[in-house]
Amino acid sequence: MPVDKNAIGRTGEPVTMHVERGKIREFARAIKDDDPLYYDEGHAAKEAGGIMPPVTFLQTVAHWDDGRGRPRLPFDLKRVLHGEQEFEFLAPIHAGDVLTAVSKIVDVYEKPGKRGGSMTFAVTETEYRNDKGALVARARAVGIETGQVVKD
Amino acid sequence: MPATKRFWEDVKEGDRLPEVHVDKLTRTDFVKYAGASGDFNPIHHDQTFAEASGNPTVFAMGMLNAGILSRVVTGFAGRPNVRRYKVRFSTRAWPGDDVVCRGKVTRKLEHGGEKLVEGELEAINQKGETLISGTFVAALPSRGSSGA
Repeated sequence: MPVDKNAIGRTGEPVTMHVERGKIREFARAIKDDDPLYYDEGHAAKEAGGIMPPVTFLQTVAHWDDGRGRPRLPFDLKRVLHGEQEFEFLAPIHAGDVLTAVSKIVDVYEKPGKRGGSMTFAVTETEYRNDKGALVARARAVGIETGQVVKD
Repeated sequence: MPATKRFWEDVKEGDRLPEVHVDKLTRTDFVKYAGASGDFNPIHHDQTFAEASGNPTVFAMGMLNAGILSRVVTGFAGRPNVRRYKVRFSTRAWPGDDVVCRGKVTRKLEHGGEKLVEGELEAINQKGETLISGTFVAALPSRGSSGA
């Protein structure tokens, strides 16, 4: 099957995400991080201007997305792997911020697989803006559709 | 633990970052991360589903491992100083696996008025297999400025 380049440029609906203190605490615990920056308001205010979310916390946008935020990939979801993930931080994010996330498919390409057949890659970029409209973070995810059902 | 304060001038290319170790991942760890992150793909918590999908059991979300690995960067530079964090997923982590996360400084540079450090990261299991590899960019305070 030829790769479906038509998906490039496909954009999801904007998702409103509240950066919540309790959710930050739960997330920090889940990654076993006891840095007081995530738990202690006084310490965080002094060190970072307030409680900040952990580096990979923006993934929790999943809680705020009813599905319409994610642009549809030209993929069979049973054969999809998460290949890469990147976060770029352009301005501080703190508990209490309300972010708007917009996701867009920026690339779709094909590569030969290690065991024959081909793998299709899709790059989705999500931009997070705060309530002042400032771009605070960018996330980039590479999804891979394998030639067959995923095995190690 | 809070990050140790470091100045850009005191860091050298090749320096190793403080390691992060997590011993014996549990299914409960996966469930906690599912709730925290919103990743409810049953392949990570439902034994029946995992087996039906051809897996011996459930396995960790790649992003759980990535979250654990990110602590190498925040422990080294402090969360507010992280500018970029990128990971590539290699091997899956299973219940009972140990995760060892490490990193090193590969380059120092100045860009956009900031003193930056670039580095490589890796999370491996108890067999030495790479779970994730990654890179980061962080800004560090300078001895020359009154900030920090």
